[in-house]
Amino acid sequence: MNPMQELAARLALAILTLLASASPALADENPAPSDPSLLPVFEQFGGKPGIDALMEDFMVKLIEDPRTRNYFAEADQTHIKAMLAEQFCVILGGPCTYTGKGMREAHAKLVINQGGFNALVEDLQRAMDMHDIPFRAQNRLLAVLAPMHREVITEP
Amino acid sequence: MNCSLRFCGSVTMALAMGAGVCAAAQAADPESGPASPAELARPDDTLAGSDKLLLTGGVSQLEGAAGGGLTPWAVIGGYGTRDQIGANAFLTRVGVQDYHLDGAGALIGFLDRIELSIARQRFDTEDVGAALGLGRGYSFTQTIIGLKVKLAGDAVLEQDRWLPQVSVGAQFKRNDRGDLLRAIGAKDDHGVDFYVSATKLYLSQSVLANLTLRFTRANQIGLLGFGGDRNDSYRPQLEGSVAWLLSRKLAIGAEYRMKPDNLGIAAEDDWFDAFIAWAPSKHVSLTLAYADLGNIVIKDRQRGLYASLQVGF
Ligand code: HEM
Repeated sequence: MNPMQELAARLALAILTLLASASPALADENPAPSDPSLLPVFEQFGGKPGIDALMEDFMVKLIEDPRTRNYFAEADQTHIKAMLAEQFCVILGGPCTYTGKGMREAHAKLVINQGGFNALVEDLQRAMDMHDIPFRAQNRLLAVLAPMHREVITEP
Repeated sequence: MNCSLRFCGSVTMALAMGAGVCAAAQAADPESGPASPAELARPDDTLAGSDKLLLTGGVSQLEGAAGGGLTPWAVIGGYGTRDQIGANAFLTRVGVQDYHLDGAGALIGFLDRIELSIARQRFDTEDVGAALGLGRGYSFTQTIIGLKVKLAGDAVLEQDRWLPQVSVGAQFKRNDRGDLLRAIGAKDDHGVDFYVSATKLYLSQSVLANLTLRFTRANQIGLLGFGGDRNDSYRPQLEGSVAWLLSRKLAIGAEYRMKPDNLGIAAEDDWFDAFIAWAPSKHVSLTLAYADLGNIVIKDRQRGLYASLQVGF
C-alpha cells in the first residue's frame, strides 16, 4: 500500500466508524406514557369502548387512504387495532395495560417518511371527527403521539 | 408531475460506502426472513406534495412570506414535508379609511427547509394623493423578494420539547418611486429587512405562538422608502402573533408589529390586527382581519379590513 492508499483506507475506516456511531440502536421511548391528568380526555373519548369503536373507523380510513393503504392492507389489522386501543387508553390515563412493542421496534422494518406519518395523523383526526371527539380533546392525545415521529419515521 | 426522485436513495448512492454498510447490516440480521407486505410498502416519492398538516404552513403575510397576516413565521410555506416541494399564491387587500393596499405574490417551499417568495404591492393614496398635489389615487409600488431558511426545531411535531421552530429570513425590497421618496426625506428606494422567527404550536392548549425580531430601515414596510431624516440605521423591531385553533380548518388570533419612525413629515405607528383564518382544504385559505395601522403620512387612526386569499397545492 502506498501512502496515498493508506490515507484513503484510514479515511474510509474513519467514515465507516462515524456512520456506524451516527445511527446507534437507540432504546425505545415509553410507547404508552400514562398521564392521569388526561382522564377527562379519556372520558371524552368514551372510555375504552369509545376508543375500541374509534379504532374500527381509524383502520377503515387508513385502508382508504392511498398513502397508508399498502402498509396496513395485508398486516394483522385486528392486532394493530387492539394494540393501538391499549396504547391510547394508557396514554389517556385509562385503566389498561399496553402489551405491544415499542414504537421503534414496531416500525423498524417499515419505510415511513414524514408524509406517511402526517397521513396517519390526518386519518386519525378524521376518525375522531366522525366520533364527535372535541377538537381540543383530540389535540391532547395528538400532543403525546407527535413526538413519536422520532421513532416511527424511518426514512430521514 | 411525478419526479420519482428518491432523496435517501440518491444520498445513499452518493455515499456509496454508506450503502455498503446498510447492505452488510441487513445481511447480518439473523431475523430478517421473507419481507411482509407492510415492509414492502413504500412512501409516495412524488416531489410535488402536500402532506403537511392543515394550516401548519401558515398563511401569506403582507410581504409574501408564510406567516400570519402582518408577520413572518418560522414555518416554511406550502404543504410540502421534508421530502416534498409545496407552493402557493396569494391576493391581499387592506382597506383603511383613507388608503388601500393591494398585494399579490407567490412562494415555493423546498423540503420544509427553504422558502422563496415574491410579492408586489400597490399602496393607493386615494384622495390624500390629491391633497398632497400628487394626483388623486397616486400609488406607491414595490417588489419584494423573500428568502427564509429553517435552522432548527419543528413547530408541530416536537411537542415534548420547549425548542420552537427557528428560521432566519431576508426580504429584498425595491420601491418604484425613488424620486418622490427622496423628496419626502427617505434615503433610499431599496432596502433589505432581516429577521429571525420562532414559532411553536402548543397542541395541548390548541394555541400557536410566534415571535419575530426584524432589523429594518423600511418606512411603512418600504412603501415610503428606506431610512429617513430622523433615523437612517437598522433598528430591531419586535413582532408577535398568537392563534387559537378552533378546529382543523379554523383559527382566530391577534398580531402586533412594531415599526420604526424614520420620516419627519410622515409619522409612523406600530400595527395591530385581529384575524380569522379559514382553510376549507389544503388548496385554499381565506384570512380576514381587522387592522389598526395608526398614522399613515398625514392621516391618523387608519383602521379597516384586511382580506387575503391563498391558493396552493
Ligand atoms: C404516532 C404514530 C403511530 C403510532 C402511535 C403507532 C402505533 C402502532 C402500534 C401500537 C403498533 C402495534 C405494535 C405491536 O405489534 O405490538 C403499530 C404497528 C404498525 N404500524 Fe404504527 N403507529 C404510528 C405510526 C405509523 C405510521 C405512520 C405507519 C405507516 C404509514 C404505521 C404502520 C404500522 C404497521 C404496518 C404496523 C404493523 C407492523 C407489523 O406488522 O409488525 N404506523 N403501530
